[in-house]
Amino acid sequence: MSATTNPTAAVALPPPSSFLQRYCRNRTALISTIILIAIVMIAILAPYIAPHDPARSSLRNILKAPNAVYWLGSDDLGRDVLSRLMYASRLSLVASVQAVAIALVIGLPLGLIAGYVGGWVDTVISRVNDALMSFPALILAVVIVGLIGPSLSNAMTAIGLVYAPRIMRVVRGSTLSVREEVYVRAARALGCSDARIIALHVLPNVTGPLVVQATVLMGQALLAEAGLSFLGLGVQPPEASWGAMLGTAFPYMAQSPTPTIAAGLVISVTVLCFNLIGDGIRDSVGRMRRAGD
Amino acid sequence: MNTFRYLYRRLGSTLPMLVMVGLITFLLIHITPGDPAAVVAGENASQEAIDAARHRLGLDQPFLVQFWHWLVAVLHGDLGTSFTSGKPVTELIFDRMPITLSLTAGATLIGLLIAVPLGVFAATKRGSWLDKVTIFGTSLGIAAPEFFIGLLLVLLIALELGWLPATGYIPFEEDPVEWARRLTLPSITLGLGVAAELARQVRGAMIDVLSRDYIQTARAKGLSGFSIIIKHGLKNAAIPVVTVLGLQVRRLLGGTVIVEQIFAMNGVGSLAVRAVFLRDLPVLLGVALTTAVIVLIVNLLVDMSYGYFDPKVRAG
Repeated sequence: MSATTNPTAAVALPPPSSFLQRYCRNRTALISTIILIAIVMIAILAPYIAPHDPARSSLRNILKAPNAVYWLGSDDLGRDVLSRLMYASRLSLVASVQAVAIALVIGLPLGLIAGYVGGWVDTVISRVNDALMSFPALILAVVIVGLIGPSLSNAMTAIGLVYAPRIMRVVRGSTLSVREEVYVRAARALGCSDARIIALHVLPNVTGPLVVQATVLMGQALLAEAGLSFLGLGVQPPEASWGAMLGTAFPYMAQSPTPTIAAGLVISVTVLCFNLIGDGIRDSVGRMRRAGD
Repeated sequence: MNTFRYLYRRLGSTLPMLVMVGLITFLLIHITPGDPAAVVAGENASQEAIDAARHRLGLDQPFLVQFWHWLVAVLHGDLGTSFTSGKPVTELIFDRMPITLSLTAGATLIGLLIAVPLGVFAATKRGSWLDKVTIFGTSLGIAAPEFFIGLLLVLLIALELGWLPATGYIPFEEDPVEWARRLTLPSITLGLGVAAELARQVRGAMIDVLSRDYIQTARAKGLSGFSIIIKHGLKNAAIPVVTVLGLQVRRLLGGTVIVEQIFAMNGVGSLAVRAVFLRDLPVLLGVALTTAVIVLIVNLLVDMSYGYFDPKVRAG
């Protein structure tokens, strides 16, 4: 037995060191990532790979079942469902990114301020946050859309506003947990400015939970967009997102169920991918706390 | 004595939240573009008429005074008048509330009926195929939009098999059987998401509880597996489960907006959606406030139930 061998190393394999290695060991998360990348690629390449023009209607081919020409059938105006789904993925994905970006822009600074400054500032921000979170998310989004008018970008602004408190809560929790760490107090004792402490010490610790929350919110925003567009409060025709497609397909479901099922499945799979990727990131980030909720 | 003090403390923290929720609703009215005085004064009104309307509506008073007047009116059950129908908003909401609450209760019931047995089985048979199916199924149930599940149910059970009616609502007083039949599909639609979320929580909480010392003691005493799970397991696992259930009520109230639309039910959710198209702001804000208050009341009940499930909470 050599003196350099660590006795425990022989028992178990050394744990994978980097975040990426740990993440790639998680098969579910890895598969979800691949599927999501594929969906994003389809969205980007839609103009090149869509078999038909998504806007061209053919009155002779209304509500056709899947066939060799229309792989997923045609809708109530005789438009190709597959091509429309491909194009709709662009709107749905960009809309989710927009909503989460708005939530981040509002939630991140407020969470940092509440957690770092503490005291009455924290009390005020947190109380308003709690009160906002008492409103059912979809109802608050519907009300905000009602106030500013139905359109896709208004719907996503509404969803961003509704989800900002969730970002704020996670960021505040993580900030609170590092505020009293020895290295933060040491930095303060050395005379570092608050801005520098937040940038160098607090933010890196907030990033993990924040990325997890933002990933899960991407899925939630996608669902919310689908819901609002389904109700006719989001994207307006002739443009379509997945939710809007579901909304227009649903009255004709008895004659032709494929468009409804296809749109619903695409939404479910994408949201599932976001959720599983969020879980994967959470499990792979080292010394991560489940701060916030 | 302790129980009363506990109740008092909980109420004490809920009241400020109610005021805050009111303040947010009131702010939403204020940040809305457009001048309400001009709307009330009518088209082509003179500046004097608009100013008179503003004075009559109290809009020329300081913000906090306006908020106070509004809050007092709300506490007297006055949520304003609908722009389009001219009826009091309170009346419109309360007429439709039974539908939405029936739906929420039905969905909660379905959620519990599925989640509790599933979660307990998955926890006791950890790692088995049933456990794996539960984990996979709940992931799917959380990700699938409720309107998609609802549409599939309508397609399969109502349209293909014709077992249950697809749409409409019959009040309980008119025909209890038909009431239940009409509520079944929408409740399942809403309830499956709750079941998924809840089953995970039940599983997690049961795994945690079953590893505790007192469960080992109960086993050593010779208690049967079933009575251990019911008597010791479920009651001790209840707190995290009830917490999640409370959060689900908020989600359910949001979900009713869509489910009512699919199943053509005239509840509070569809009232809100119609109000968006008609730009009926008092109705919209009334719905927001009412649902938020329901959520706060449910949170209060959840908090109080902790005292029942865990006497330590009452004392602490």
